[in-house]
Order: sequence, then structure tokens, then C-alpha cells
Amino acid sequence: MRLTKLRVVFFSILFLVILNGFVSQDAFFAIEQKDVELTIPKGFPKPFYDFKKNKLTPEGFKLGRRLFYDPILSKDNFTSCATCHLRFAAFAHIDHALSHGVGNKIGKRNVPAIQNLIFKDTYMADGGVNHLDLQPIVPLTSEAEMGETLESVIQKLQNDSVYPALFKQAFGDSIITSSNMLKSLSQFVGLMISSDSRYDKFVAGKEKFNENESNGLKLFRARCTSCHKEPLLTDNSYRNNGLVPDEKLNDEGRKLITGLESDKYKFKVPSLRNVAMTYPYMHDGRFNTLEEVVAHYSDAKFYSTGYDKDLLKTTGMTESEKIDLVIFLRTLTDKTFLYDRRFADPFPYVKHD
Amino acid sequence: MRILFFIILNCLAYISPAFSENGNELQLIFRHYVGDELLVLKSKQYKNELGQPYTVSKFKYYVGNIELTDSTGKVYSIDNYFLINQDDPKTSEIILNAIPPGNYKSISFLIGVDSLHNCTGLQEGDLDPIKGMFWAWNTGYIFLKLEGHSDFSKSEAGVFEYHIGGYKSPANAIRRVTLKLEEMNYLTERTGRKTLSIKTDVAQILKQPVSIDFSVLSVVADFNNAEMVADNYIDMFSVIRNSEVK
Repeated sequence: MRLTKLRVVFFSILFLVILNGFVSQDAFFAIEQKDVELTIPKGFPKPFYDFKKNKLTPEGFKLGRRLFYDPILSKDNFTSCATCHLRFAAFAHIDHALSHGVGNKIGKRNVPAIQNLIFKDTYMADGGVNHLDLQPIVPLTSEAEMGETLESVIQKLQNDSVYPALFKQAFGDSIITSSNMLKSLSQFVGLMISSDSRYDKFVAGKEKFNENESNGLKLFRARCTSCHKEPLLTDNSYRNNGLVPDEKLNDEGRKLITGLESDKYKFKVPSLRNVAMTYPYMHDGRFNTLEEVVAHYSDAKFYSTGYDKDLLKTTGMTESEKIDLVIFLRTLTDKTFLYDRRFADPFPYVKHD
Repeated sequence: MRILFFIILNCLAYISPAFSENGNELQLIFRHYVGDELLVLKSKQYKNELGQPYTVSKFKYYVGNIELTDSTGKVYSIDNYFLINQDDPKTSEIILNAIPPGNYKSISFLIGVDSLHNCTGLQEGDLDPIKGMFWAWNTGYIFLKLEGHSDFSKSEAGVFEYHIGGYKSPANAIRRVTLKLEEMNYLTERTGRKTLSIKTDVAQILKQPVSIDFSVLSVVADFNNAEMVADNYIDMFSVIRNSEVK
């Protein structure tokens, strides 16, 4: 008898906890107008991407979120954008040097972080894609990534039980077009803006750095910002950073796009925001730690020919300078962005709604 | 862009009777040949200049930015793009509406897609990337696809695939074709519809200035050789005289 009573109490509490969970889940996954307002962080440049041509709406954003996390976009219906772009890693793929795709195929490059995309003029490590809306077509149709065709993806979405209604809500038409699919993805990834790291707070005078961090920032500004320009921590240029080319990958970088011999082995300078979260490093993921990266730039014994002359500024750091620089790089982690609920995986929560 | 075009067109409709909705239509019909024979996909065999037999399995291309020039030098232009696909006969007919009256002496158009439409993100209609005429990895439209089979091709399945595109350095394969209109074409306000048949000769893609050898060139899939092939096909179009229309 007493046991039964206890059981009732136990299950009542459990019920309430679960109920509470559902209530807060609602709030957690809700997207309202205020969640899709674009605010350009102070000091950031004017974005290249124009949201006037792709009006941000809660419905458009939510659709983009769902598509981003839905493996329906891949040939094996098993690989979503988020398979390789992990939220807690600033949407990079930690611990994987090269991208993994359908059928266990291995790609040619390290998965980049997704952040501050609207401030970029081109996409991909070789800059081959000239518009954010067109970028998802590359992983969607690449055989080593999602292995699909646009035609088949649109057909799958059109035949799905949920998507036509979601497209109707977002774009006023339940006939699904590649244009609307890509626009919704741009709404979702375009709002992924990182601008609230400890470094940002320090620059804004809201937080103090310790001695190592201050020293690291000084070193960074003296040695690194000609490529990793503040505040985006990239100047969007292509550079040969002196890595010995991997013979098997034989990735010629920017030359694949421009055909210019002078662009051989040049890659887009990546932003260093959230860099502590996005290991491994470099276009081919050859370095596992920030220490290795800093050692590469400092020790400079193995520069290939044609390296960027700005690298001369990075050489010859002392051991304690290298440590301070790494300590500074860890201040670029932006927890506001990494834990931003708007970018969380809505499955399986929304799957059954 | 297209919306703007239609808005302008509609506005003009009110101020000028020449642009009225019931005005002149020009119907362009593209007829595909190999030399003097009509193009038949897959089943029919042809020979290139070097005597190498081949069949064609796919032939499609973009035509756009059509301009009509009248005897006074005035140019009427249509900013749309059309994908003409041998596999889909209805695509070979283009209807241009509301053409102002004039004594038109020449027609010109791009084979390909201009740089504006390559650089401004998503496009719709025939330029929708879903049509498969698009390079995702190095943003840009494929202007022309010619695919087929030849025993001389050294590729695995004996196929050849020429995908020609590129709107910027190192390969700008955009080409503009101008054709004289000798029998044409006084369009008055009451002309209604006129038809202009244009011959597209696949054989020209494989010759002049460069005679293509299937054993040397089996694939064009980026900027390498794109301009060479584009220079070959620039003269593949000609006007078919009304008396010769089959």
C-alpha cells in the first residue's frame, strides 16, 4: 500500500518533470520575429549578402533549420548538413581531418566552421562559390559529400508529408523550388553570427584580459592580423601559408578556380573565431592542436616555395610567446554563439508536430 | 531582373501602341543538324572531319540576350535566357512577344549566360540550377553540352563530354552570334506572328578553327579548352531561308 502511494507520487513527479520539459522545449525551439532580426555587430563591415532579396521570416528560418538538420537532403537519406557541421564546434567537424560523405567517401578538405558567412565574398577554401545562396549546391551534389542532384532533392521534399506545407508557410507556395530551398538555408546559416567572445568583450572594454591573454593579443596584432584582420579575423584573401603540399591530395587550391599558376596552393584565409573549438586545422586538417599550428608559423623550416611574404612576420617566436598566443586564441571562443538555441537541432522535437 | 523587365514592358504598353500585348510576335525555331542531316540522338552515326564515327547522346545550350537591330540601327533587346534541349522538342521554339514595328536587318544573341547572371546568386526559369547546366564548385553556368560516343575516345566508356562554360578569366566562353536577316522582316503593327528558322549545326562544334580529334579530346569540364570549343561553335548558327524550311 505504502509502496503504491510512493509510486503514485513518483510517477506524478516524473509526469510533471516531463511536462515541464515539453513546455520549456516549446520555448527553446520557438522562433519569433525577434529571433530573425539581423543586427550587424559593432565594428563589423557591411555584409556582402543582402537579406533585402531574401526577407528573413520565422517560417523561412525554421524551414532552413529543419533542412540543415534533415538527412533527406542526401542520397542515402542518412547524411545531413549537420553530420559534418557540428553545432558545438561552431559547425566545423571536429576530429575529422577530411570531410566524410555518403557511402563512407572521404573528401579532399577539412570541414570549415559556419559563422559570419554574410561577411564573406566567396565560399569554399578555394573561393569557387560566389554567392551564399549557391553554396549548398556544392555539398548537396558532391559525390564525396551528400551525393544528390538538385532535381531529386526537390522531388523528395515535394513528396514528403511535411515539407510542402512548410514551404507554403515560408514562401507562400507549396510547390517547392530550388530557389526557395536555398533561400531558407541562407536564412538559417546567414544568421549564424559570432561576435560575443571574450576577445570581443575585451575590445568593447567590458572584460579584462590576464597577462598572458594581453600579451597574446599584442603578439597576434604584431604578427597575424595582416591576414587574420580584425574584427572578422580574416581579410577574405587567398594565401599560400607555407604548408608542404600533400602529394596524395594534390590540392592546388585557388588555382583550380582561376587557372593561374600564381594561385597554386593558395587557400582562403579562415576566420579564427571559435578556433579552439574547430580542430583539426588547416585546409587538409593536418594539425590537431593550436600548438602545432603556432609552431608551424613560428618555426618556418618547411615553407614550400611561393609562400606568402606576410609569413615572415610570424617566424621566430619564443616558447613563452607561443604559449601566450595560444592562450589568446582561446579567448576567441564565443559561447553565446555556440549555445545559441536558435541553431539547435529541432529533431526529433519537431518531427512529430 | 526579370520582374523589372516585365514591369518596364507593361509600362511601355500603356504609352506606346507598338508594345501592346497583341503586338508582333517573333517565333524563333532552332533546328538541329549535323552537316546537312537532321540531328538524331543516339541511333544515328556521323563522322567528324578526321573521319572518326560518333553518335550524339545529349545536346543542349543557352541562348539569351537576344537583340534585334532595325534598318536605322535601333536595337530592341530581350533580356531573357532560353535553354534549348534536343531531348525536349518544345524548347527549340522561342516566342518573343510585343516586338515593336520595324524593318529588322539582323538578330544577335549570346550562346551562354552573361556575367551578371553568373554573379548575382539564384536565378529562376531556364536558369534554375536544377536544369543541370550549372557548375556548383566554381560558380557558373554551363553554356553548352555536347555528349556522345565514339570508339576513338580514350575515356573508359568511349564517351566524349564537352561541357563549355566560363564567364571570367581564365576562360571567357561567352560568345555573341549575329545573323543577317535577308528575307525578313518588316514587322508592322499588324504583322502578327512571324517565324524565323535557325539552323544549328553540331558538326561546326567539332571543326574550324580546330578540328577536334576524339582520341585527343574526350572531356571538357572546366576552363581547359573551353574557349577553343566556343570559338569552334560560334559559327554553328545560320538562318534557314523560308523556301528551305523542311
